[in-house]
Amino acid sequence: MLLLALDTATPAVTVALHDGTDVIASSSQVDARRHGELLLPAVDRVLAEAGLTIDAVTGVVVGIGPGPYTGLRVGLMTADTFGLALGVPVHGVCTLDGLAYAADIEKGPFVVATDARRKEVYWAKYADSRTRLTDPAVDRPADIAGQVAGLPAVGAGALLYPDTFPVAHEPENVSAAALARLAVERLAAGRELPAPRPLYLRRPDAQVPKNYKVVTPK
Amino acid sequence: MADEPLVLGIETSCDETGVGIVRGTTLLADAIASSVDEHARFGGVVPEVASRAHLEAMVPTIDRALKEAGVSARDLDGIAVTAGPGLAGALLVGVSAAKAYAYALGKPLYGVNHLASHICVDQLEHGALPEPTMALLVSGGHSSLLLSSDITSDVRPMGATIDDAAGEAFDKIARVLNLGFPGGPVIDRYAKEGDPSAIAFPRGLTGPRDPAYDFSFSGLKTAVARWIEAKRAAGEEVPVRDVAASFQEAVVDVLTRKAVRACRDEGVDHLMIGGGVAANTRLRALAQERCEAAGIRLRVPRPKLCTDNGAMVAALGAEMVARNRPASSWDLSADSSLPVTEPHVPGHDHVHEVSNGNLYS
Ligand SMILES: [Zn+2]
Repeated sequence: MLLLALDTATPAVTVALHDGTDVIASSSQVDARRHGELLLPAVDRVLAEAGLTIDAVTGVVVGIGPGPYTGLRVGLMTADTFGLALGVPVHGVCTLDGLAYAADIEKGPFVVATDARRKEVYWAKYADSRTRLTDPAVDRPADIAGQVAGLPAVGAGALLYPDTFPVAHEPENVSAAALARLAVERLAAGRELPAPRPLYLRRPDAQVPKNYKVVTPK
Repeated sequence: MADEPLVLGIETSCDETGVGIVRGTTLLADAIASSVDEHARFGGVVPEVASRAHLEAMVPTIDRALKEAGVSARDLDGIAVTAGPGLAGALLVGVSAAKAYAYALGKPLYGVNHLASHICVDQLEHGALPEPTMALLVSGGHSSLLLSSDITSDVRPMGATIDDAAGEAFDKIARVLNLGFPGGPVIDRYAKEGDPSAIAFPRGLTGPRDPAYDFSFSGLKTAVARWIEAKRAAGEEVPVRDVAASFQEAVVDVLTRKAVRACRDEGVDHLMIGGGVAANTRLRALAQERCEAAGIRLRVPRPKLCTDNGAMVAALGAEMVARNRPASSWDLSADSSLPVTEPHVPGHDHVHEVSNGNLYS
């Protein structure tokens, strides 16, 4: 078994290889504006580090967000296409679940929050590192202050808004290594992983053009 | 024929998810998924809606193209993709797919220019491009006059629109006339029953001191809208067919006049017309008439190859392979403003070179 895990739903471009026992190679680079450029070279590097080629991959794991759309799609499109070309299954994992797993908190509850831009966060509440209590959502920090009051929080979204998340700590971004370990655990337990489809959580911005401008002077 | 390069091309610069497969200059598959219906109610392409649709459509469209062509992905000699220009987010979906596909299959990747692809697609219809070729590209996104002596390496801009694209003007006038979106086909249809000389709309940038090969459609658009409003304000019925015909005539008159003049000035005896507006029947007819009079051979691909599609990208990719152009790197980026003078985006080093076993030689 060789799982290739990748995530582009946070500013990190992160890739890992898991051989069924543990992560054998990984790479994480933080650059929110260059997901498209960085991802494939990172896959190439991680495979080279493990002394393997892409043909050896038996499955793909991809973070499905929520995350800023443009970057999020880079990982999903890459995973989809690897699946097609290699004829291997592609599994989704909620990016917030990956962060929760990496936080390694045995006893919660706690919150995972990432930066959704536009002064909002993507977030969910967890009982422990493996158990999510709420569906991922996107909100203004001030609007959820009551729901997260008194809870520790992880993720860049928590670190960004100390008024709402006074007890915030690392990890800031998701790592593909955590995503891969979580996926392997869940697959081994016979749990089904979500389809590799994006969690946008927002409708597309679409400005309906106003009725055409009247150009005749009145 | 069997040793001509077999290339798959991916196009996502706007709202069409296109995947085409060619062998040299022979078209094998041209699969398209369009999100145009999702944009119609907005009266224009909404970038985020287009990007979301590309992600969903990509894998099924690649599958469909392979089936249509009856080839195996393993036999491909290369993967080509539109690297730009176009909508940034939309381009990025196609570039991500092409990179993953090429990498997983161990094939070279060619990031190519959307405009050069619009020109090169004519090879699938009329055989090898004459060198040099003058090309008039007109669509909702572009209005350019280009001169190419080698489509893989030399594309020179002669002129371009200084404001709106020609297709954009069609969309806007269709909206003013309440004919819906996109405007090109519906204006063409109404115009057939109208009188093109009924209303004398202005011909932009055709004065003696205006740039010879540049276009402007903004003034025309305003003039037509004013004319319609004046009619409505006077409580008169708007003669939709005559307006459509007269507006369309003003656009195609300028386009063909300038294209033919550029051919004459540069001593080029071939003109190709591409882009979505090349499907316009009046543009085709007038171009034919004027080219014949000037002794120029006109080449216009069938309408389906004029609009954005994957086959055009594959056609240019195949030419890159055939002419031994260097492949792109794995860090190829989507460049929304890729200059027309760069027909493709060669790699900056050779560390990513894939096995040459599959390369056309
Ligand atoms: Zn185009």
